[in-house]
Amino acid sequence: MYDVAVIGAGVTGGLIARTLSAYDLKIVILEKENDVAMGATKANSAIVHAGFDAKEGSNKAKFNVLGSKMMAKVCAQLGVKYKNNGSLVIGFNEEDEKTVKELYERGIKNGVERLEILDKEGVKKIEPNISDNVTCALYAPTGAIVCPYELTVAAIGNAMDNGAELKRNFKVLSITKKDDSYEIKSENEKVFAKYVVNAAGLFADEIASMVGDNSFKIHPRRGEYILLDKECGSIVSHTIFRTPSKMGKGILVSPTVDGNLLTGPTSVDMEDKNDNTTTSEGFSKIIKETLEDVPSVPFNKSITSFCGLRAASDIGDFIINSPKENFINVAGIESPGLTSAPAIGLHIADMLKELGLTLNKKENYNPERKPMHYFKEASIEEKNEIIKKDKSFGKIICRCETVTEGEIKEAIRTNPKPLDLDGVKRRTRAQMGRCQGGFCMPYIVELLAKELGIKYEEVTKMGGNSLVNVSKTKEDK
Amino acid sequence: MTDLVIIGGGPAGMSAAVAAYESGIKDILILERDSSLGGILQQCIHNGFGLHKFKEELTGPEYAWKYEKRVRELNIPFKLNTMVLDISKDKVITATNEDEGIIKIEAKAIILAMGCRERPKGALNIAGTRPAGIFSAGTAQKFVNMKGYMPGKEVVILGSGDIGLIMARRMTLEGARVKAVCELMPYSGGLARNIQQCLNDFDIPLKLSHTVVEIHGKERLEGVTIAKVDENRRPIEETKEFIKCDTLLLSVGLIPENELTLSAGIGLDRITNGAKVDQGRQTEIEGIFACGNVLHVHDLVDFVSEEAEIAGISAADYILGKSKEKVNVTLKTDGKIRYTVPQIITENKDCKVYFRVADVYKNCKVKVLKDGEEVYSKKKVKVAPGEMETVTVTKDMILGAKELEFMLEV
Repeated sequence: MYDVAVIGAGVTGGLIARTLSAYDLKIVILEKENDVAMGATKANSAIVHAGFDAKEGSNKAKFNVLGSKMMAKVCAQLGVKYKNNGSLVIGFNEEDEKTVKELYERGIKNGVERLEILDKEGVKKIEPNISDNVTCALYAPTGAIVCPYELTVAAIGNAMDNGAELKRNFKVLSITKKDDSYEIKSENEKVFAKYVVNAAGLFADEIASMVGDNSFKIHPRRGEYILLDKECGSIVSHTIFRTPSKMGKGILVSPTVDGNLLTGPTSVDMEDKNDNTTTSEGFSKIIKETLEDVPSVPFNKSITSFCGLRAASDIGDFIINSPKENFINVAGIESPGLTSAPAIGLHIADMLKELGLTLNKKENYNPERKPMHYFKEASIEEKNEIIKKDKSFGKIICRCETVTEGEIKEAIRTNPKPLDLDGVKRRTRAQMGRCQGGFCMPYIVELLAKELGIKYEEVTKMGGNSLVNVSKTKEDK
Repeated sequence: MTDLVIIGGGPAGMSAAVAAYESGIKDILILERDSSLGGILQQCIHNGFGLHKFKEELTGPEYAWKYEKRVRELNIPFKLNTMVLDISKDKVITATNEDEGIIKIEAKAIILAMGCRERPKGALNIAGTRPAGIFSAGTAQKFVNMKGYMPGKEVVILGSGDIGLIMARRMTLEGARVKAVCELMPYSGGLARNIQQCLNDFDIPLKLSHTVVEIHGKERLEGVTIAKVDENRRPIEETKEFIKCDTLLLSVGLIPENELTLSAGIGLDRITNGAKVDQGRQTEIEGIFACGNVLHVHDLVDFVSEEAEIAGISAADYILGKSKEKVNVTLKTDGKIRYTVPQIITENKDCKVYFRVADVYKNCKVKVLKDGEEVYSKKKVKVAPGEMETVTVTKDMILGAKELEFMLEV
């Protein structure tokens, strides 16, 4: 019997589990995919929003501002890269200038610090590559960037190091209230938990309706992105938003914490929760709007494109409530969900306490996690010390991102252990560079097979039927 | 201090090492990131190598062995499993391997011979899903030829570069069904002999002016939508066609791997994506040379070896301080000829200039203008982007010239 079951191993569920793992609780995280961070968490803008966007008084505004203030510390504890690069909302005409002023005022009401309105010269001074047509901008120095899946892997890894369990490929099919607990069933397994936290992202409405709560609906909103080579990572240093219009927030241009340039997202309401396909119309829109903002972005240097599905609710705000006894919804967590996650984590702990769960601090709780990228940032002397102990740290596997065999093996052995190629990619950045695994994929397949004790041809890209190789060329005699 | 450090132990690196040794430099070190010498030739188990250089038909490993044997006979030192991380302007190389950790090596001269890599799918922005089963052709070649695994059974290939053509045949021989090779351009970028021997001989359709417009399948690839493209290379809606397949191989171009060149502060030619070099393959930094596919992508390894010899000899001359009759001639192109290698000539002696054209042209003339005046003209029945051309520029043509313009009269 678990004290708490968290359904969904995205950034929201991950930070809830991590917050709860500080207490003497038996926690299980249930995830339907082969890895954590597989939903909206792995494909979004990777922005820590300052908090001027959401309407004052909303859940979004409240958790955004709180989360934004917590993020640097959380990232430091978890060894996750975080960069306070600041953001700009740029405008091109009088109407935009009006909106920028509104955003400024809203930001002040929401409690965002150090906001500033810049004129054209002010903008060009800090971002010379922005279009000459710019007339104004809202400058938010507290805006930042973080890698959302790195944060989630670290948060869940940290929760696991503190005793939480992760069950993958556990697709919840039913939740039944028993006497003092819920019985949660997947196809092959069932678990019992006293409290259930529904952080199931796109599927949160389906999970809620399993306990009879049909008060909201989640629909997917497609967001496509194009990621560019690290060569382009310094074209802008701030996150550049457009002034929002009736047509939405528009396309942003931002460096990533790993040094690439990210452009996107599109925003299209969808019906199919599984349709995360990119479209040529989407690409055209991203390219057109990006070039209007920053004309020098070289799209021939793109290295990949992807699509995320935001979990948009029909309520328009984060849904954080307890519709049934000992059952909590954390649903509709679209933007600024990544930013809000640490604050939501704290809030859920408080809610559980109010619902009667006893929270006793764990004596041996360790809030820290070894940074996933410590080797990369070590000095040459430190690296040589590490290589002396384990020579595989001297062997480069991924040439584009210079990732060593030692780093990959260590990642495969660290909570939450990656079980597939994409899992290794998200943890180590191997295969994430400009050749996108062209050289290193065969080696990583070999390392995964060896470390996991499976056959070479059983290694998958992302679990399920996503086999990398389908057979041996010749059958064994 | 090492006299000559060569980055890369593939065909270019080995050939450069042998040539430098034979020109009097004994203190050489080859740094190779793989576990054996030979570079990409190791996985090219098909034949067709060496026809120009050795007048015989060799497989990739056989061709590589010709050079590795020489390297071993001459006792030229090499470090395997050693990845160079950085090169500085003043020729200090930082590298790493399992046994020595991170090391620094100072060199009098450096030859860059890192080769090239395949353009990945991400560069194309194809719409649809991102399932397993999409590989660059060279990755598939590695799986099949080196590891003994099949990446799939029903294959579509996008791009008709030579690796794509070779893999169409290879996958077929291993029991897969190759349903189509789609080429965006109205002509193939591959060698004519590969189109015959790898596609036509196996009845594999080559669909020119076609591209993949959408990828289907959630976990493993389930099919692709292809379409014909118009003259602006835009897909034509009515020609869309679904092909069921579990594998998509990409052979959509090769990119010289110049991270280290850039780290040394050497700028790249926008067309070749390699360094700009003189006739001896010296880059803009004195004592740093480049050759093979890191300089510009070659069609045949024979030409890589030839170019590497030039770099090896001139690196040796540089280390030995041999004097040269200096000139300064810029080579220009007209656009129909896309680029030349070398891009400048600094020594007054006969020089073989390599170039590529931008499109397929028939019954044309290759001309060289010396400061505006025609000094060379040769008729060509056909030139194509997939086949590298050469013109030997003589001492006479170089003497007194400021600029030599390479142009194509069609």
